[in-house]
Amino acid sequence: MNFPVLSVIVFTPLVAAVLILLIPADRKNEVRTTALVASVFALALSVWVYAQYAINAYTGYQFIEKMTWLSVGNLHIDYHVGVDGMSAPLVLLTGIVMFTGVLISWGKDDPHGPTGIQDRPREFFAFLFLLAGGVFGVFVSLDLFLLFFFYEIAVFPMYLLIAIWGWVKTREYAAMKLTLYLFIGSVVALIGALAMYWTAGQATGTYTFDMLKISEAQQAGAFNGLVNFFGAQVPFQVVWFLPVFLGFAVLGGIWPFHNWSPDGHVAAPTAVSMFHAGVLMKLGAFAALRVGIMLLPDGAKYWAWLIMLFATVAVVYGAYIAFVQTDMKYMIGFSSVSHMGLVMFGLSTLNRDGLTGAGLQMFSHGVMTALFFAVTGMIYDRAHTRQIPELGGMIKPLPWAAVGFIIGGLVSMGMPFFSGFVAEFPIFMGVWQVMPIAAIIASISIVITAAYIMNNIRRVFFGEVPANLEGHISPITALDKVAIATLCLLMVALGLFPWLMAPMIQSGVNSILTLLGGA
Amino acid sequence: MNFIYEHLLLVILFFPTLAALVMLFLPAGENKLLRWFAFGASLVPFILSVWLWTQFDPNAVGYQFEAQYPWYQALNSSLHLGMDGLSLTMVMLTTLLTPIALLASFSINDRVKGYMMLFLFLETGMLGVFMAVDLLIFFVFWEVGLVPMYFLINQWGSPKGEREVRSIFGKFTMSARNYASLKFMIYTMGGSLGLLLAVQMLGVLFGNYDLQYITANWSNYSKDLMGISVSTVKTVAFWAFVIAFAVKVPLWPFHTWLPDAHTEAPTAGSMILAGVLLKLGAYGFLRLVLPLYPAEAKYFAGALAFLATAAIVFGAFASFGQTDFKRLVAYSSVNHMGFVVLGIAAAASAVGTQDATIALNGAVLQMFNHGLSAAGMFFLVGVIYERTHTRNLDDFGGLFPLVPVYGGILIFTSMASLGLPGLNGFISEFLVVRGSLPLLPVYTAISMLGLLMTGAYILKGIKQVLHGPLNEHWAHGEHKLTEINTREILVMAPLMVLILVIGLWPAWILDVINKAMMMLF
Amino acid sequence: MYTPTMLLAILPEILLLTLGVILLVVEPFWKAENRRNAGWLTFGGLLAALLISLLFARPADPQTVFGGMLRYDWYGFFFKMMFLFAAAATSLFMMDHEKLGRRGESYLLLLATTLGMCLMASSADLVMLYLAIETTSIPLYVLSGFMLDDKASTEAGFKYLLYGAVTSAILLYGFSLLFGFTGTTNLDTLGNALAAGPNMSGLVFGVILLLLVGLGFKISAVPFHFWAPDVYQGAPTPVAGFLSTASKAAGFAVLLRLFFAAFPGFASWPSILAVVATLTMTIGNLLALPQTNLKRLLAYSSIAHAGYALIGVVAFSELGRASVVFYLLAYIATNLLAFGAVMAFSRITGSDDIKDFSGLSRRSPWLGLAMLAAFLSLAGMPPFGGFVAKVIVFAAAVDKGLYVLAIIGILNSIIAVYYYLNVLKFVYLYRMDGENEEAHPIPLTRPYAIALVVLAVGVVLLGTLFGPWFDWSNLAALNLF
Repeated sequence: MNFPVLSVIVFTPLVAAVLILLIPADRKNEVRTTALVASVFALALSVWVYAQYAINAYTGYQFIEKMTWLSVGNLHIDYHVGVDGMSAPLVLLTGIVMFTGVLISWGKDDPHGPTGIQDRPREFFAFLFLLAGGVFGVFVSLDLFLLFFFYEIAVFPMYLLIAIWGWVKTREYAAMKLTLYLFIGSVVALIGALAMYWTAGQATGTYTFDMLKISEAQQAGAFNGLVNFFGAQVPFQVVWFLPVFLGFAVLGGIWPFHNWSPDGHVAAPTAVSMFHAGVLMKLGAFAALRVGIMLLPDGAKYWAWLIMLFATVAVVYGAYIAFVQTDMKYMIGFSSVSHMGLVMFGLSTLNRDGLTGAGLQMFSHGVMTALFFAVTGMIYDRAHTRQIPELGGMIKPLPWAAVGFIIGGLVSMGMPFFSGFVAEFPIFMGVWQVMPIAAIIASISIVITAAYIMNNIRRVFFGEVPANLEGHISPITALDKVAIATLCLLMVALGLFPWLMAPMIQSGVNSILTLLGGA
Repeated sequence: MNFIYEHLLLVILFFPTLAALVMLFLPAGENKLLRWFAFGASLVPFILSVWLWTQFDPNAVGYQFEAQYPWYQALNSSLHLGMDGLSLTMVMLTTLLTPIALLASFSINDRVKGYMMLFLFLETGMLGVFMAVDLLIFFVFWEVGLVPMYFLINQWGSPKGEREVRSIFGKFTMSARNYASLKFMIYTMGGSLGLLLAVQMLGVLFGNYDLQYITANWSNYSKDLMGISVSTVKTVAFWAFVIAFAVKVPLWPFHTWLPDAHTEAPTAGSMILAGVLLKLGAYGFLRLVLPLYPAEAKYFAGALAFLATAAIVFGAFASFGQTDFKRLVAYSSVNHMGFVVLGIAAAASAVGTQDATIALNGAVLQMFNHGLSAAGMFFLVGVIYERTHTRNLDDFGGLFPLVPVYGGILIFTSMASLGLPGLNGFISEFLVVRGSLPLLPVYTAISMLGLLMTGAYILKGIKQVLHGPLNEHWAHGEHKLTEINTREILVMAPLMVLILVIGLWPAWILDVINKAMMMLF
Repeated sequence: MYTPTMLLAILPEILLLTLGVILLVVEPFWKAENRRNAGWLTFGGLLAALLISLLFARPADPQTVFGGMLRYDWYGFFFKMMFLFAAAATSLFMMDHEKLGRRGESYLLLLATTLGMCLMASSADLVMLYLAIETTSIPLYVLSGFMLDDKASTEAGFKYLLYGAVTSAILLYGFSLLFGFTGTTNLDTLGNALAAGPNMSGLVFGVILLLLVGLGFKISAVPFHFWAPDVYQGAPTPVAGFLSTASKAAGFAVLLRLFFAAFPGFASWPSILAVVATLTMTIGNLLALPQTNLKRLLAYSSIAHAGYALIGVVAFSELGRASVVFYLLAYIATNLLAFGAVMAFSRITGSDDIKDFSGLSRRSPWLGLAMLAAFLSLAGMPPFGGFVAKVIVFAAAVDKGLYVLAIIGILNSIIAVYYYLNVLKFVYLYRMDGENEEAHPIPLTRPYAIALVVLAVGVVLLGTLFGPWFDWSNLAALNLF
C-alpha cells in the first residue's frame, strides 16, 4: 500500500479544522499558526502530487485509493479517489489558494482599522478549512456519491464565512443567495447522477457510484436508451446532460445563472473571495466536466451549441458589465463571470485545444483572481472603500499590491507571457474549429477587458492619493508580500513556460477525447 | 563564446529582460547607478547585433542564425527565431535606438528603476517581433510590447493637460497622458484583435504556427473553409492582418492615436515609438501580409496605396497646421510612414518586377531612415521642452543665436527628415517614388504633393523655433535658454553620423536590404 | 407453549418494565432535592437495556411469537433500539427541566410510552397494534400537559388528547372494517386474505384512507398536522422533542409494516401517499418560513421531514423501505440534537424566540456548534446524517422513476435550507444587544453536555461512517413481514 497522499491532502484541512476549534478562542496567533502549518503541509503534498504525476503514462487516474464505503443491496458507494491530468493542477491550485488565503487572513490589529481577520479567527479558519477539505475532496473524487458529499461540504461553509465575516452591507443577502443558487444547482445535478446510477446499474447488473465503472458502462452503451420525457421518447443522455452540466455549472458562474457570483464575491471576506473565485468556481466547471461531459458524452455533443451560446454571452456580457462597475470587487466579480465563461467556452468545444485551454484557464484564472481579491482586500482594509473613483495613488503606500494587481491585470487581459494568454489562446483555437463566429464575437471581450483593467489600474494605483486617505494607508505585512509574490510568480512562470502544465492537462484531455469518441 | 554564437538571437533577445530582472535587485534610490546599468546593458545587444551584421551572409537564402526552443508544444508552437536581411536591418535599428533612448532618458528623475526596467522589457518585445519565425511568437511579442509602452506614456508622460472624453458612459475628463495611453492601448489591441483571430484560424488550419510552413501552404491554399469560399476567407483574413498593421504604422484613418501618444510620451518614449514601434507595422506588412496574401495584396494594392497616399497628404497638411512642436513632429511620422506603405503597396501590385524591388528597397530603407530622423527630431523637441517647458511654436522664435549648436543640429536633422539630397531621407524617398511611379502613377503623383508640404511644415518648424524675431523671454534671467549639453550631443551624434553616412554611401545597407528583398519576393 | 425466544422477543419491553418498577420503588425514598437522580437512573437503565438487548436479544430469522401477536424480527428490534436511544437522550434532557426533572412520574411516563412504542414496532396483529398505540399515546397526552400551572402546556395536552382520541377512533374503525372484510386480524394472513377475496378495491381504498388518518396523525402528515405546532410549543420541550422523533418514528414503523403487509397488491396507496408526501413537505416547509419561534419552526420542519420520509415509502421497494428506516434513524438523532440545543438555551434564557438566539455562538461556542450540526443535518448537508439520508431517499425515488416526487423533494429542501440557515444566521452572525456576550454565558449542565455530545457525534457518524447503520436499516427492511 502506497502512501495515501490524496487522502492525506483531503483530510489535512478537515483535521486542522477540528484542531483549530480545540484551541481557546483568545489564542489567536496559535490558531493562525496551526492554520498556516496545515496549509503549508497540504500545499507541499499537492506540489508533490503534481510533480510525481506521470504525464506520459496515459493511464488515466493516478494515486488511486479505493475502499468500500457502503455496499448494501444495490447501493454501492466507494471511497475512491485519484487524480488525472485535469484535476492534478486543480489540486495544486487549491493548495496554493489555501496557503495564500491563510497568509492574507493573518493581518494585524492596525490602529487605522484591523486588516485580515481579527474577529473570531478560530471559527473563521475552521470553516475555511472545512471548505478547503471539501474542495480538495471534489477534485480527487472518483465516486459520484463522494463527489456530492464533498461538493456540499464545500458549499455550506461559504454561507457562514460570508454571512459572519463578510461585508456588512450585503453579506446576509449575498450569502443566502449564493447558498440557495448552489444548492439548487447541486441537487438538480444529484437527480441526474442518481438517474445515471440506476441506468448504468440496470444495464450492467453492477450497481455502483464509481465513476470509472459508470463510464465503462456508458462506453458499453448503457446510456444509449430512450427515456420517456413528458410523453416523448428522448435519448437518455440528451435529457440528463443539461440538468447535470448546468447544475454544476451554476457554481462555475455560467450565464444566465451567474447572478449569485458577483454578489457573493463582493460580500465575502478577502480569503473567502479568493477561495470562492479562485477555487470554488473551478469546482463547478470541473464537476460539470467530470460528471456532465465525461459521463454523458453524447449529451454533451448534442447540447454543446447551447453551452457555447451561454459561454459566448457570458464572456462578452461579463466583460461589459465589469467595465461599467465602480466597485472594485464587483468589477472583479463580473470579470470572473467573463473568464469563467471562457472556461465554459473551452469545455463546449469538446476538442483537444478547447479542453486544454479550459483546463489551463481554470488554473490561471484561479491564481489571478485570488491575487485580485487579495489586493482588493488589502486596499479595502486600509482605505475602507472599494469605490474606484474614491481611490488613487495606491502604488505609493502599497507598491507590492500595485505590482501584483498589474500583473494580475495583464493576465486577465490575456497578455502574452502571462498565464492568461497561454490559457485563452487554445480556447479560441478550439472554438475556431467548431464555430468561428463565436470566437470572433467573444474576442471583443479582450478589448473590453483591457479597457477596464487598465482603467482600474490607473485610477486606483496611480495619480494622487485622495486627501482623506493620506497617511491612513499602512504598509502591507511581510506575509501579504509572500502571498502576492507566490501568486505572481506562478502566473508569469506559466506564461513563460506553458510546458509546465499544458502536457499534464493534455494527458487528461486525451482520456476525455477517447470518451467523446476518438479525435 | 561558442554558446553565445549558437544562441546569438536568443541572447540578443533576452539580454535586456535579464538585465531588467537584475535591476529589480538594485537599490531604488541610486539613480546614477540605475541609469548607467541600464545603458550599459542595452549596449550589449547593440554590440552583439553589430557582430551579427558582420557574420550575416547577405547572399544566403532563407533565415540565418536559426534557433528553435520549445515553448508551447501543445499548440505546436515553438520559440523559433531567425534572421534575414529585413529583420537584420530592423534589429540593428532597435538595438541602436535603445541605448540612445536610454541615454536620452538620463534626465528622468522620477522612479528611475521602473522606467529603465520597462524600457528594457520594451526592447525585448520589439526584438522578438523582428526575430520571430513562428506566427504565434510573432503575435506574442507584438502584444507584449504594448504593456511597457503603455506604462511609459501613462506614468512618465507629460504631466500637464486634460482631455474631455465623450464616451458611451457620458462625458468625463481625464489627464491627457492617461487619455493618450489608453487610446494607444485600445487602438492597438483592438487593431490586433483581427490579427489574433486570423492567426488562430491559420493555426487551427495548419495545426502549427511555423511561419515558413504556413507561408508555403497558405498562399496557394484553395479548399473551402468553414463552408465559406476560400477567397472570401482570405480576403477577410487579409484585411484583419492589414488593419492590425495599419493601426501600428499608422495609416490614415487609423492614425489618430499617434499624435496623442507621441505628444504625451516622455521624450525617449517618443523616440522609440516613432523610431521602432511604427516599424513593427510596416515590418508586419513585409513579413506577413505580402508573403501570405500575394494575390489579395495585389488585388487591394490600390486601396492600400490610397490609404498610404492619404496618410502622406493628410499627415503633411496636419503637420503644417500644428502649433505644438511635438505634434508637428508626430504628424510628420504619419507622413513619412505613408511612404513606406506606398512603396509596399506598389511592390504588391507587381511583385517580382524590378520596379517593385526598387520600391521595396526604398520602403525598407525609409523604415530605417525614419527611425533615425524621427528619433532625432523627438529628442530635439524634448531637449528644448526640458528647458522651456513649452512646446508651443508661438512661444519660441529667433532662438538660433542663443543656442547655435542646438540650432545646427536641429536644422541638420530636419533636413534629413525633409529629404535633402545628401542625407538619408532623400535616398529612401527617391527609391520609393522611383519604384512606385511606373506602378501607381496617380497615387505617386498625389503623394508628391505631400512631399511638397513636407518641406513646408519642416521649414515652418525651423523658422518658428530658430528664426524670426527673438522671443526675449528666453534671452535673459532665469528663463535664459541654455545650450545643448554634452550628453545630449552624444545622443545625437550617432544618429547624425548615420544620417550622413547613409545619405552619402547607402550601398552598405542597401546591399543587405536589396538581397533580402530579392529573395523574399 | 413457552419458548426462550418469547422472552428474548420482548426483552427490551421486560427491561423497560423492570426499570419502571425500580424507579417506582426507589424514587419515593429519595429526598426531594435528590429526585433529579431519577433521571440518571432512567438514563442508566435505558442505556443498560439498550446494551443488554443488543448483546442478547438480537433476532435471527423472523418469527411470530405469542400466538401471532408479535413478530420477533430485525425490523422491530432496530426500531426498538432507536426508541430506547431516543428515550435515553430524552431522560437526560428532562433532568434539568424545571417541572419534569424532579418528578419521578415523568420518567415513568416516558418509560411507559417507550414501552408502547416498542410494542408498536413489533406487533403483528391489529388488536395488539391498537393496544400498543394506545399505550404509547396516553402517557404522551399526560406528558404534554404535564405543566399544570402552564396554560400553554395544559392546552397542548388537551389538544393532543382530543386529536389523538378522534384519530385513534377512526383508526380503530379502519381496523374493524379490515377484520370485517377478511375475518382475521393477523397481518400475515390479512394481505393474502384481501388478495384472495372478491375484488373490493373501492372498499379497501376507503379503509386505507381511514388508516391513513390514524397514522397520519402519528407521523403528523398533512392534513393531520394541525396539532403539532401548538403541542410542540406548549408541551415541555423534552417531551416535544420526544414526540417529534420517537413517536413519529413509531408511526412510521407501523405505517410501513401495515401497508406493506396488508396491501401489497393495492397500487392505489403509494399514489395517495405520494400526494400526502407532497403536501406534507410543501406545507410544512412553507409554514416553517415565517416562524419566529424556534420550537414552532422545528414543529413545521418535523412535519416536512415526515414528507421526505414518505418519499421512501412511496418508492415501494426494498431500497425505499431501507431508506425510510435510515432516514428515521438520522432524523431522530438530528432532531433530538436540535431540540436539545434549544432546551439548553431556553433553560437559561427562558425564551425560544429565534431572535433571542442572537450571539449564541459567542455566548457558548460549543452550543453554537451543536446547533450548527443539527440544523445543517436537518438541511441535508454533509458530513451529517441528514445528507446521506436524503440522498438515499431520493435515490430510491429515482430508482422507481419517481422523478417528479424527487424534484418536489428537492425544491422543498431548498426552501428548508433557507430557513435553517436563517436560524444559523442568528446563532452565528447577529450580536446580542450591547454586544457583551461574554457577560452572558450559557452554561451546560452535565446531562445536557453528555446528551449533546453523544447526539452530535452520532449525527456525524451517521453522515460519514454510514455503512453499518444503513446495513442494519436494510436488514430491517428486508424482513418487514
